[in-house]
Amino acid sequence: MAALARLQERLTELWEEYYCRNRSIDEERTIEYKAAVKIQSCFRGYRVRAYLRYLNKMAITIQKWWRGYQGRRYFRNMVETAYFIMKMNFYNEMAVRIQKWWRGYYVRKYVHNYYALKKYLEAVSLNNEIVRNQLQEYAEMMENEEKRKDLERKEKEKKYQARKMHYLLSTEQIPGIYNSPLRKSPDPMELLLRESKPLGHRLQQKKSPFSYDLYDWPTCRRPPTFSTLQPLPPIGKQKPQVTFFIFQQRHKPLEPTLRVATSIDSLEKAREEMKWEEWKNRIHDNEFLPFSSYNKNKKYDPSIIRSSKYGQEAYGTKHFREVQPKKWVVSK
Amino acid sequence: MSQRQVLQVFEQYQRARAQFVQAVAEFAARPQNIETLQSAGVISLLRPLLLDSVPTVQHTAALALGRLANYNDDLAEAVVKEDILPQLMYSLSEQNRFYKKAAAFVLRAVGKHSPQLAQAIVQCGALEMLVICLEDFDPGVKEAASWALGYIARHNSELSQAVVDSGAVPLLVLCIQEPEIALKRIAASTLSDISKHSPELAQTVVDAGAIAHLAQMILNPDAKLKRQVLSALSQIAKHSVDLAELVVEAEIFPVVLTCLKDSDEYAKKNGATLIREIAKHSPELSQLIVNSGGVAAVIDCIGSCRGTVRLPSIMVLGYVAAHSENLSMAVIISKGIPPLCACLIEEDEDHIKAAAAWALGQIGRHTPEHARAVAVTNVLPTLLAMYMDTHSSEDLQIKTKKALKSILQKCMYLPALEPLLHDAPLNIMKHIIGQFSKVLPHDSQARRLFVTTGGLKKVQEIKAEPGSVLQEYINIINSCYPEEIVRYYSPGYSEILLERVENYQPVL
Repeated sequence: MAALARLQERLTELWEEYYCRNRSIDEERTIEYKAAVKIQSCFRGYRVRAYLRYLNKMAITIQKWWRGYQGRRYFRNMVETAYFIMKMNFYNEMAVRIQKWWRGYYVRKYVHNYYALKKYLEAVSLNNEIVRNQLQEYAEMMENEEKRKDLERKEKEKKYQARKMHYLLSTEQIPGIYNSPLRKSPDPMELLLRESKPLGHRLQQKKSPFSYDLYDWPTCRRPPTFSTLQPLPPIGKQKPQVTFFIFQQRHKPLEPTLRVATSIDSLEKAREEMKWEEWKNRIHDNEFLPFSSYNKNKKYDPSIIRSSKYGQEAYGTKHFREVQPKKWVVSK
Repeated sequence: MSQRQVLQVFEQYQRARAQFVQAVAEFAARPQNIETLQSAGVISLLRPLLLDSVPTVQHTAALALGRLANYNDDLAEAVVKEDILPQLMYSLSEQNRFYKKAAAFVLRAVGKHSPQLAQAIVQCGALEMLVICLEDFDPGVKEAASWALGYIARHNSELSQAVVDSGAVPLLVLCIQEPEIALKRIAASTLSDISKHSPELAQTVVDAGAIAHLAQMILNPDAKLKRQVLSALSQIAKHSVDLAELVVEAEIFPVVLTCLKDSDEYAKKNGATLIREIAKHSPELSQLIVNSGGVAAVIDCIGSCRGTVRLPSIMVLGYVAAHSENLSMAVIISKGIPPLCACLIEEDEDHIKAAAAWALGQIGRHTPEHARAVAVTNVLPTLLAMYMDTHSSEDLQIKTKKALKSILQKCMYLPALEPLLHDAPLNIMKHIIGQFSKVLPHDSQARRLFVTTGGLKKVQEIKAEPGSVLQEYINIINSCYPEEIVRYYSPGYSEILLERVENYQPVL
């Protein structure tokens, strides 16, 4: 019981202590509660932040990998295009090189071929020389022709004059004008006079009453003949001189008739000619003989090509090179 | 008895008529009598005699009328007004050849003066009559008829067309083949007159087969015939490439080159004209001419003639050189430039000089080689002098200016350019300085020569507008030289130096 008494004494203290403890506990409770809450909130915060960090990190990782992948893909494309461009540039340059060579070659060979042009120009100058020479020759020839014609004309003139003045020829007794006795040899004119034939009398040109010069008429060589009403000649007309007439008769040119002009054997000659003509045009000279009696006794000349030691070869008559009886349409 | 008296009166009258007509014809042959005859009213008197019963009187009257009409165009108009032409043609087909000849002579005399008179002749129906005359046998009649047709066709293309429509061309081609030289001449000249107006007319002449015969006649030795034949061929060839090719196909080359050596001046001229008309159409035709040695013949022809006879030959060279640079080089190596320079100097007429200048421009304008070949002959100062000369005609000035410009734009031969620096006007100077500015930056020898010959000095003296092309060239040239040299040569440098001397304070 003592214990109990002691307890009961202590009871109020105990109750105070209990109360005090409880109170302090209560008072501490809020603090502890707040502390606990703070700790918890802190912790939760840490946890959540850690979680968020973790999520962030994961997201970053994903994004990192994804972006790396994209970048690498892009880079790969870039590299491919750059490579492609490099290749194309190379090809272009090579193509340009080829085109450059080809165009240079083509132009040098076909369009502006220097050597061909040079040869051509040399050929042209050579040709020019030839042409110039030929033309020079031609011009000289023409000049010579002209000179020759001139000379001939002068000669003719001189001869005509000599013929007209044939009476100036010197005789035995009297020396002529051109044959002076003081000269050593006679003048060339004298020699010409000696050689020339005297001119005959000119035929009287009948002047028609209406003849006149035709000034503007370039092609008229002789004056036109007009039909004029000429009066009849008077009855007592004088005969022309007989000697003159005979001279004319003597020197008349021969005009034989056709009968006289043909030779005696002209007929034979014509026949002969015809025969030769026909002989020329014939292929062979064997006459055509229609009757079989003429050809009866003819000996047959075998051809050399088809004959052999033992007689005639059957080739050409009995057999030819190719015979196909199966193909024959008409069967025996 | 009375019958005899009656007949005597008639005889007298006939004799009187014949005498009158013959005397009038004789008087009409002399120009001094014609006014007197005209005032005596001779035409109205001759008109009834055309229908006289005696053929002599008829054709002498026609002959007299022809001579009168030939003299001047008033008389020809009077002949037309008096209605003589229909009477002339009235009974032509039955008449003898002298009458036909005289009638054709009258038509020719009337038709040659003016197109109106020729038109009047055509309206009278004279063309059919002339064609009938062309079919006659006598060569004199044919000649007179074709002469008349030629004079009618000469004026303009409508009259030519009328002549062609009357069917004269085949007959003329037949006339060319006749043996008489005078007939050939006249027929060739008529064909030439017909074909010169238009390509269709030329084609008609070609279709009648004229070219082959004309080409054969080039070889004929008669000079006047050659003139006409060459003129006819050149009138045909001038219209188009096809016609020129047809003419060339008749194998005229190289035969036509012998015509260039003929002694007759006009045969040479017409030969050169023919070659010119062929060369101007296309490079292939020019090539053909060069290949057959035509250029050499033409150059010799230039050297041997004087005056307007040279003009077609000069133009041949110009046309050939204009087509391509190879042909131009061919002209150069055939020694074409010295005769052209000689022409420029010797000739008096401006149009020949202009042609020579044009030809030189065509030769030199292709490449620097060509320009050098032209410049080496020292012809550029001559061209410049002609351009600057106030007495030159405008045409000559234009042509020399063009030639100078085209040669200078390609000329790299500096010694030839230097003499031009001193006299040239600004528009030519531009090109000269331009050429210098192209050559000087690369060639030190040339720079040295430029200074020593006084070219740099001259360049500094040129006043050019700033910003113009000329100023740019001058700047380029100045930049080729060190600054002191440029300043040394600039005008007024001596004054600047003297001023510096004046302002200098000596340091004692």
